[in-house]
Amino acid sequence: MAFDSFASFIAMEGHGPYVWACYGVFFLLMAVLVLWSLRSKRAAVEACRRRFETTSDTGREAATGASATFARVNVSQD
Amino acid sequence: MWQWFHKLGSPKWFFGIATRFMPWLLILGLGLLAAGIVWGLAFAPKDYLQGNSYRIIFIHVPTAFIAQSAYIMMAVAAVVTLVWRMKLADVFVKAVAPVGLVLTFLSLFTGAVWGKPTWGTWWIWDARLTSMLILLFLYGGVIALDRAINDEKSAARAVAVLVLVGVVNIPIIKYSVEWWNTLHQPATFKLTEKPSMPAEMWVPLVLSILGLYLLFGWLACLRMQTEILQREQRTKWVREMITAGRS
Repeated sequence: MAFDSFASFIAMEGHGPYVWACYGVFFLLMAVLVLWSLRSKRAAVEACRRRFETTSDTGREAATGASATFARVNVSQD
Repeated sequence: MWQWFHKLGSPKWFFGIATRFMPWLLILGLGLLAAGIVWGLAFAPKDYLQGNSYRIIFIHVPTAFIAQSAYIMMAVAAVVTLVWRMKLADVFVKAVAPVGLVLTFLSLFTGAVWGKPTWGTWWIWDARLTSMLILLFLYGGVIALDRAINDEKSAARAVAVLVLVGVVNIPIIKYSVEWWNTLHQPATFKLTEKPSMPAEMWVPLVLSILGLYLLFGWLACLRMQTEILQREQRTKWVREMITAGRS
């Protein structure tokens, strides 16, 4: 330990406010970034799921609702 | 070789690989970052000149370092976008730009707060600080340009060109402390020399850099998966994956 007590750890010999402000903002912004990214992925998955539930199971063209013409071929782009 | 290259460009293949690696990136990243920060805050000895304020280094250097290397990675991806039209490269640029923006802001903020007790000022228009501010604007510009263009392919090309023009700023940031007389101290680490600080100081710094790097990798994978889901929602593999509950 570089400090004798918890109080001196917090005070950091007068530099406490600077050090803790930096770490506070760092953790806050990183947490916001992580939560935002997690939520937007969940939203994307949900959007896909809703889309697939409302459309039939016939494949990629189902979403547009267009009845397939006989010239249309389902080409997988995987 | 080319088969491997095309496989790498396939969103489906990437999605699967990312899902497999992400838990490891997250756990290792958080663990290393926590170890580096706790060590640096509580156990590393204090600096004889700057006192305890130097403990800001354990987040200042990692954020600045990764903000710059993320930009270099974006530039590589921009070349791939322009030359090979690989979709995944453009997905990477879009996914990473906001992360780079946050990291650049954090390095500027922690630098300003560190500057107050050390230099006596929050901000000075010094070469290192100004070039880092330009990096912040470049990240902001990339995000804004991408949102301004509706067509996906035109947006990808325009963003790639902007990223490549901006890459000239990276060596300026790197060498600003040597080319000009700046208030900022020179680089903490050089690949060719032993660090000038004792091991109790640089080991936790290396740990937090590695930890934040892995966390950055996790965020990049997560955000790329989101972007892929939005773009490929009409494809069969996304449909199969979502209905099977794997994501």
